[in-house]
Amino acid sequence: MIENENINTGDSRELVAFRVGDQEYCVDIMSVREIRGWTPATPLPHSPEFVRGVINLRGSVLPIVDLAGRLGLPSPEPSARHVIIVAQVNDQQVGLLVDAVSDILTIVDEKMQPTPDVASEQAKAFVRGVMAIEDRMIRFIDLERVLPPLRSEAA
Amino acid sequence: MDPMEEIRQTFFMECEELLEAMEAGLLAMSDGDDDKETVNAVFRAVHSIKGGAGAFGLEALVRFAHTFETTMDEVRSDRLTPSEEVMTVLLRSGDALSDLFIASRDGTEIEDGANAELLGELEALIGGSDASDQAEEDEPDDFVPMTISFDLDDDDDDDGDEVEEDSDDAYYITFKPHATLYQRGNEAVHLLRALSELGECEITCITSDLPELSELDVESAHLVWQAKLKSGVNERTVREVFEFVEEDCDLTISTSAPIKTKKEEEPDYDTEDVVCEEAVSPETETETETETETDPVAEAQAEPAVNAEDSVADAPCTDEKPETKPVESAATAPAAPAAPAATKKAKETGSKATVRVDLDRVDRLINLVGELVINQAMLSEGIVDSEMIQDSAVATGLEEFKQLTREIQESVMAIRAQPVKSLFQRMSRIVREASAATEKSVTLVTDGEATEVDKTVVERLADPLTHMIRNAVDHGLESTEDRAKTDKDPRGTVRLTAAHRSGRVIIEVADDGAGINRERVKQIAIDKGLIPEDLDLTNSEIDNLLFMPGFSTAKEVSDLSGRGVGMDVVKRSIQALGGKISISSNPGQGSVFSISLPLTLAVLDGMVVNVAEQTVVLPLTAIVETLKPGESDIHDVCGDAATILIRGTFVPVIDVGNRLGYREPLSSLEDSVILLVETEDGAKAALAVDAILDQRQVVIKGLENNYGHVPGIAAATILGDGRIALILDPDAIVDSMSKLNLSIDNQIQKAG
Repeated sequence: MIENENINTGDSRELVAFRVGDQEYCVDIMSVREIRGWTPATPLPHSPEFVRGVINLRGSVLPIVDLAGRLGLPSPEPSARHVIIVAQVNDQQVGLLVDAVSDILTIVDEKMQPTPDVASEQAKAFVRGVMAIEDRMIRFIDLERVLPPLRSEAA
Repeated sequence: MDPMEEIRQTFFMECEELLEAMEAGLLAMSDGDDDKETVNAVFRAVHSIKGGAGAFGLEALVRFAHTFETTMDEVRSDRLTPSEEVMTVLLRSGDALSDLFIASRDGTEIEDGANAELLGELEALIGGSDASDQAEEDEPDDFVPMTISFDLDDDDDDDGDEVEEDSDDAYYITFKPHATLYQRGNEAVHLLRALSELGECEITCITSDLPELSELDVESAHLVWQAKLKSGVNERTVREVFEFVEEDCDLTISTSAPIKTKKEEEPDYDTEDVVCEEAVSPETETETETETETDPVAEAQAEPAVNAEDSVADAPCTDEKPETKPVESAATAPAAPAAPAATKKAKETGSKATVRVDLDRVDRLINLVGELVINQAMLSEGIVDSEMIQDSAVATGLEEFKQLTREIQESVMAIRAQPVKSLFQRMSRIVREASAATEKSVTLVTDGEATEVDKTVVERLADPLTHMIRNAVDHGLESTEDRAKTDKDPRGTVRLTAAHRSGRVIIEVADDGAGINRERVKQIAIDKGLIPEDLDLTNSEIDNLLFMPGFSTAKEVSDLSGRGVGMDVVKRSIQALGGKISISSNPGQGSVFSISLPLTLAVLDGMVVNVAEQTVVLPLTAIVETLKPGESDIHDVCGDAATILIRGTFVPVIDVGNRLGYREPLSSLEDSVILLVETEDGAKAALAVDAILDQRQVVIKGLENNYGHVPGIAAATILGDGRIALILDPDAIVDSMSKLNLSIDNQIQKAG
């Protein structure tokens, strides 16, 4: 299983935890480039629902993924209080629209549990594992799967 | 990167330029240019390639270049007339040299015998001289730095006698390195050692030019060597020792003693060590000394010079260059013209100095200027918003700032611009090969080679252009016999031209062949199931079938074209560059393929418009006119397929907001503004938008890196308010509709 490869290495890692709706998620801090406030995005035609559009990140074009929409939660109407987490996956830079950044955690890999089987298909696709911190459930997101796939010239 | 690898890369880069220079020269020669300088330029290029290749041990390249060079030498010394046959061989050799170079660069293998035939032909031109064995022994071995140890026959004292009893096999060599010789990493001592390996050799260092220590410039060359070589080898072999440094030294080789060489006194040195030390270039020596000595730097530097001066102070000196008796031998020719050639070259480069800059730096500059343009726009908007008085100092200042930004941007873009000359030169080879393969005789006429285009465009044009040229020769031109039957010149002509036209570059490939056989083209398209049988097409639509994927008119797949890539690939690569391609053809008179390209890939002049509360940009080049439609202008063709009557023609209307999925179709076009656009294939369409906001230069930002391709969208840009606006691709927007129309047409036709 893919999950086990990364979970059982025995190292500790730092995670950025954030809220989407009333749930808490996290990503590896190493893939986070910066965190910034919401600015209105320019919508892209023919894009999936969860792609909010593109914003100007110091001269480069940054697509924004509405994480709530992507995870099947009700999408918020973004306001100045919302936060964009700029994440880097391979060569692709993408902004994740979330409600708020809640915590920075250092956790040992053993604490991460594989996604419970009860979860829905969507959860299984995007959540790599879960962990319990002070009675809260924090879901570890598989960034590569959350991002929209790079579209080729084919269209 | 490993430093050696870096040098290697530099060599390959230079090599490319040299090959270009060679090709240009050869072409000029075959066009009847008999200027000595042209011939010399080719010779020099081949020579330099050989030199560099030798340093990197690229034997195959060296061997071929050597024979080639020898042939060129024959030409430039007027022993070989560059007749048409000779030029054909030379041009082919040029091609072969390029191939060898590419093989060496990419580390691919070229079979040993590949160029044997050509080598044979070259040797035949040389006249069966000793070229082949020359090539064999042309193993350069003097480029590896190593410790110095060699034996000189110092015992051979009775110099005076030698001069008297001068025999044919003694050479008197005067070797005066220029500073450049050392700068290029050559080493006099290696050359002298190589010389001494040829036979009994006596070398004297002349230090009369050596300035006082206080005036000594360690970077320049002050030493001259005279050598007497007793050896059975011919003069050419002697000259070959200095082959790679020919341009960086004064070299005379004669069979008689130079004036004033007669030694008044035996040189002071006893051991070869001293000679060796002198032979080491000043820089090297200084370095070693500085390392070992603990003395102050000045002292340390003084050391070698003093040594040298002490030891050979009384050595025979000569102030003027020893005269050389004209020698009948063939091999002297290279040195003599090389010297003036070199100076001329220096003059040329002097008048137009260039700098080699890492492309990354230029691109960084371009990006920064892009940011500057955006910032300037933001500032302008801010000032407008602040409702400042129009003619205030700030507003005027801003206007000047705007002007300056634009100028800076243009200058920066110009750095990336390159003439298409190199590209066109490559095409002449393609024509040569294609005409050989198809047995058609073809002339390539080029025009507008000085036209400048962005470097990336030039690079990425090579493949599509190659394909188009091959097509023109293979499919465009009739066979020589067929041409003879008509009143055409049996020799076909392919014209390749470039020109600037209204902010774009137009490149045309024209042939004077039979033109497109539209009947056949249509039949093939029907046979291949690309179009329905009963479709009525205009001539231009039939011509454009050539660009459909899976179309190939060749009856049989020839060696040349039809390798699975067709004109559709050409079209796609041109479009990827933001260009357009179109065809026009006249039966019996030939076809013209015309490519229109943007000057740069970084900025475009755009019209900023508002669509469904979104700001989008349309490339200005696509827009023919803008208008506000009256109610009576809009006509619906059955149902909601709206058209607009513009100057007597019905043009389909596209609701951009709806096409991009921003909103439901508009019920009325009353409040819209119509932008009449023309696509690459000449089709017109009316784009309906809400309002025109501005017309300005925008910086193109790709979407591909972080997101990918969006249908109908060419790229993005950043507006003055810092927000992103999408740049529409009018062709794609119109295209998606005409496809729709085509299918509707079919249905109508089928129904009827």
